[in-house]
Order: sequence, then C-alpha cells, then structure tokens
Amino acid sequence: MTALLQLEQVVTYYGPMRALKGVSIEVASGEIVCLLGGNASGKSTTMKTILGIVRPHSGSVHFGGERIDGLPTQSVVERGISLVPEARRLFGRMTVWENLAMGAFSRRDRPPDEIEQDYERVYTLFPRVKERLAQLAGTLSGGEQQMVAIGRALMARPRLLLMDEPSMGLAPIFVDQVFDIIRAINGQGTTILVVEQNAAVALGVAHRGYVLQNGRIVMADRAATLLATDEIRRAYLGDEEDGAC
Amino acid sequence: MLTWSQILGILPQQLVFGITLGTVYGLIAIGYTMVYGILFMINFAHGDIFMVGAYVGWAVLGALLASHAVPLNPVIVLPLMLVPAMAFTGAIGLALERLAYRPLYRRGATRLGPLISAIGASIFLQNGVMLVEGARERVYMTYAVFPRAWRFSVGGVSVSALVIVIACVAGLLMWGLHVIVQRTTLGRAIRAVAEDREMAAVMGVNVWRVVATTFFVGSALGGAAGVLVGFYYTQIDFFMGYSAGLKAFTAAVLGGIGNIRGAMLGGILLGVIESLATTFINPAFKDAVAFGVLILVLVFRPGGILGEALPDWKRI
Repeated sequence: MTALLQLEQVVTYYGPMRALKGVSIEVASGEIVCLLGGNASGKSTTMKTILGIVRPHSGSVHFGGERIDGLPTQSVVERGISLVPEARRLFGRMTVWENLAMGAFSRRDRPPDEIEQDYERVYTLFPRVKERLAQLAGTLSGGEQQMVAIGRALMARPRLLLMDEPSMGLAPIFVDQVFDIIRAINGQGTTILVVEQNAAVALGVAHRGYVLQNGRIVMADRAATLLATDEIRRAYLGDEEDGAC
Repeated sequence: MLTWSQILGILPQQLVFGITLGTVYGLIAIGYTMVYGILFMINFAHGDIFMVGAYVGWAVLGALLASHAVPLNPVIVLPLMLVPAMAFTGAIGLALERLAYRPLYRRGATRLGPLISAIGASIFLQNGVMLVEGARERVYMTYAVFPRAWRFSVGGVSVSALVIVIACVAGLLMWGLHVIVQRTTLGRAIRAVAEDREMAAVMGVNVWRVVATTFFVGSALGGAAGVLVGFYYTQIDFFMGYSAGLKAFTAAVLGGIGNIRGAMLGGILLGVIESLATTFINPAFKDAVAFGVLILVLVFRPGGILGEALPDWKRI
C-alpha cells in the first residue's frame, strides 16, 4: 500500500505546549481514516500541521511522495488537500455561491467548464445548496452550513479531504446524512481523513482508525477491530453507563 | 438670520460642493478602511500617500505646461496626471507594507507596533517631500486646464466644470473598486481574508499577496484623490496629508470602518455636513460640527453607520 499522506514522528508546539509528541499516521489512497480523540488530544493541531497553518518542530509530513511540511498553506492546498473545518467557518458575509467559488480559488487558472462540472457535482450531492445560492452563508441553518462547507471543500477537487469534527453541533439526523455523504465522496475516489469525537458513527464509516490521546497515538487498527475494543467502548461509546452515545 | 427662501436658494449649491468634497474624502477613506478591514491597523501614513499623489500630479502638470506636448484639455491632461500619480503612490503603499508593516506582523507584533511604525512612515514621507520639493506650497495651474468660464447653470445652481469632473472621476474610481471587490476572484479573495484569514489561506489564497494588493489599491486611490484635491484647492504643501487624512479617517469611522461602502457614504456625509456648517453656522465651526456628528453617531452606533458590531479584538 502506498501512502498518500504520511506523518512521521511529528512534534508540534502550540504556544509553549507540546501539542503533538511524535505522531505518525498513514493514509492510503482511497481510504477513509478516522482520527479519534477527546478534547485537547491534539486532533485539530494534527489538521493544522498537515495544512501548514502551524509548522512542526520536528518530524515530517509527506503528501503524494512529496515533503510538504514547511510549505505555506496555499501551496499545500494547491497540491490537493482541502479542509472541512471544525464549526464550518463559512464566509458568512458572502453568498453560498461565493463560498463555493472560494473553494475553487486554488483552481482559478483551470478552464471554466471544468469548474462548472464541480459546481454540478456539488449540486447533485446537495440539491438544497443549489436552492440557496444567492443567500448569505451566515443566514443558513447549521445543517445547511455543513453542506456548503463540504461543497466548498470539494470545489478544490481534492485528492485528500480533511474533515474536522463534521458531526459537531448537528442534529442526529444530519450526522447520519453527513456520514452517508462522506461514504459517497469516498466512493467517487476521494481519500478522506476525518477527525471525530463521535466514535460510533465515524468508525462505522471508516476503514481504519487511530486514537490520539495527549498528543500521542495510543491505538491504531482497522475500524471494525477498534469498534470492538473495550477501551474504545468505554472511552467513546459510554458503554459503562447506558449504551447511549 | 437667513430667511427660508434664502436658505433654499443657497442649499443646492452647497450640497453640490459638499458632495464633491465628500467623494474625495470617500476616495481617501477607502484606503484606511480596506487596510483596517484585513489587518485591523490604521495606516496613519495614508494621508501622506495622498499628499505624494498631489505632488506627482503637480510635477506632471508642470511638465505638460512647459513642454506644450499635448493640448490642455482635461480629457487628455487628467489621465496623464492620474495614472503616474496612482502608480507611484500604489508603489509607495507596497513598499510601506513590505518594509514598515509586514516584518512586524511576521515577528508577531501586537497592535501597537505597526501603528507606531505607520506614524513613523507618515513623518518619513512628509520630511522626504519637504527635502525634495521644499517646504513652500506649490501651485496647481487649475485654470490652465479648467478655464474659469467653464460653468454650467442647472436649475439656478451654478457649477464649474472642475467640480463636475472631480465628482465624476472620484465616483468612477469608487464604482470601479466596487466592481472589483464584489465581482472578481481577487475581490472575493480580499473579502475572504478580511473575514477569516486562516480559512482564506485554506482556500489557497496567498494572504500576504492579498494584503499587498490591498495596500496598492488603497494607496493608488489616495494618490488619485491627491490630484483632484490639488486641482480643487490649487495649492499643495508637504503637510496637506495630515488634515485630509484625519478627515478621511473620520469619514471611514463614520461609515463603519472596515466597510468599503461605509467609507464612500461616510465621506459624502462628512463633505455635506462640512459644507452646510460652513454656510449656515460659521466656517470656523465646520470641523467642530463634523466631529460632533461623528461623536453622536458613535454613541448610538459604535460600529459606524454601515458597520457591524465592534470587531472581535481577539482576532489578531
């Protein structure tokens, strides 16, 4: 298996704090990989390190065989990584269409009909988005914003899609929808690395998973195996209480 | 006291003056507001960039008058003055961003550092022009380009061609900027950086290139305003950027700093208020009235007329 994304012994500081203490992760082409972890475990820092928003202190990040740590964010994005950020972070003062157009910014030199295909792809995945193109993104509901955020990331035609807590703040019905979409996008050939706290749903969709704790990878296995592990059940599925998640 | 009929008689005339002056304030205010919108910084050197624009225009006009190279028609002369003035001031804006501001942000400066740096740049530009051109005022040969006889009377209001041209040029430049910001990829990138810099970078936007572009555009518009003001007041000096800059900054705050349409609106409003205060109250009080209105607006709408709630100060 050839790794599309490879983090090797990445150490990243967040201010004076060592947020990542030697993280190694591999994502192969075509996979859905899930990164589990509680608050402040280093999940978001991992995303930011991959994207070049923060620079690792040591270790390396390779994408498609090329070393990308130390590159500015826009260069990382141009190589085919895009992000669905935590809490959506749409450009609220822009229309839905303008948000999608921003998603295609890294491909602004491509022929317009190619970009047009990408809009059509987003509209097919999210018919609701097409109805709201002229609306300001800040006025959409949470679920609709999540659709636009995913659509915006897809407009870059990423080879690797990073998703930071896509289920956060969404009604349960939307959570299932979002993960259906993740599966569909993956089926169309996009590799996905998804960071989640909602282990039950995420591991249900992912092929493999990593568990991040305190800046270290403490577990790595196939999703089905992780789902059956006692520690995971206790820590993320609340099995000891009443089975609710 | 003026009677009602007298007031109604002068009012249209004063409104025309006020709006003309206001479009120029608005043009300068855009430079303040665009930079604030993306860096949360007040570029105090902006007024002096405007002053440099006036000097570049003056130098070109002098050369044109001396050489008789082109007929002295505004349609020919004005572009020949505006283009070099805008290019030169745009370049100064780029240089300031690169040398005086960016290094500070790159090293994690607080809000205060770049502000002090901007004051330094302001003094630098003033003294630079004073050294090169001298401290005495220079004269714009306005009437060689816009003869005094060029006046139009519309419904009892007598307006000079100069005033119309100034308002039209300023309006055209603002409209051009509006189209760029609202309808182009570059404009979307500028708005994206203003709203969420980190997400703009994640979209593939080179944030510092957008910052530089913003400085260039804002400074070039300021430079164009310098040429227009030179024609209007016919005298320029190295210190003219101070009061004009202060007025334009006021206009930007009045309209809602960070908001481009707000800067245009604030500029025109300020120009009209000044013009009315000059006529109907007392010329000596025009600034007091203008700033009084500013204070009133800020009391009731702290973000300015078109501004949103005060920005999140933690964003930088």
